[in-house]
Amino acid sequence: MEGDLNTMGALIGAGLACTGMGGAAIGVGHVAGNYLAGALRNPSAAQSQTAMLFIGIAFAEAFGIFSFLVALLLMFAL
Amino acid sequence: MATDTEAEKSLEIHPMDQFLIKPVLGDGPLMWYSFSNTAMWMGITLLGIIIFLIVGTRNRAYVPDRFQMVVELIYGFVRNMVQDVAGRDALPYFPYIMTAFMFVIFSNVLGLIPMSFTPTSHIAVTATLALVVFISVTVIGFVKHGLGFLGLFWISSAPLPLRPVLAVIEIMSYFVRPISHSIRLAGNMMAGHAMIKVFAAFAGVMGIGSFVPIIAISAVYGLELLVAFIQAYVFTILTCVYLKDALHPQH
Repeated sequence: MEGDLNTMGALIGAGLACTGMGGAAIGVGHVAGNYLAGALRNPSAAQSQTAMLFIGIAFAEAFGIFSFLVALLLMFAL
Repeated sequence: MATDTEAEKSLEIHPMDQFLIKPVLGDGPLMWYSFSNTAMWMGITLLGIIIFLIVGTRNRAYVPDRFQMVVELIYGFVRNMVQDVAGRDALPYFPYIMTAFMFVIFSNVLGLIPMSFTPTSHIAVTATLALVVFISVTVIGFVKHGLGFLGLFWISSAPLPLRPVLAVIEIMSYFVRPISHSIRLAGNMMAGHAMIKVFAAFAGVMGIGSFVPIIAISAVYGLELLVAFIQAYVFTILTCVYLKDALHPQH
């Protein structure tokens, strides 16, 4: 294995950035779990809120995507 | 069990190699005018959409057959989504949203065919789609409301001392939109395809035990089909949300 210290640091940083995915996973699970809890209490209102569910998931997921972006930048743009 | 040398040999199939952009005709260097595989698969996607929609609606039957039913289902689905999320006055923009939805969903699903290529797994493609949405939504907002569009950043329902802080946050989140909008789609597509390739590399070295990764690939493939639909849906619904902000900037 060859390479300089900068590459090593960038690759370790890219790996560390992947821990951000855990946060996104918690957020998405929170959104979906709360949706299910609400839907089981009032199933008649559940159908009208699926769009809100996906919007919420998308916004929660966005911050996990930023960690992926940081990893990509470290691996390819540095 | 695979030895180290075997593992190294199989990993010569790099999981990211499938995303290489190369010219379809000849193997010269990639120039701006060369017909790349991205362009070819975007063309196939458009052709698929045209055939799907035209053949589906060619009879215009009062009692639709199955094919027409699917087309009408998708049309009604997207139209209802625009109406519910962005309001009735967003319906003039429905044709563009339908186009974006069909393009994203067709290229996602066509990309799942083995040996094919997914244009939406490239940030260049999705960033173009997202920037079109971002710029046109900003222009629509300013044209419809003038400087009142800036009320999107000045939240009048919040306490007055808090408003400048919230304005900074709102402006930042507004300009982050095209980034998250594009990378969400590209990242999901890329991650799924790379994961399938990694499992395929495992199947290559495990010999008789390779049925385990093959079962895993089948499961992941099913998941990827679901993700392909969900990401197209999310891309479209976020377009509607941004459009709603432009049409009704008051919170």
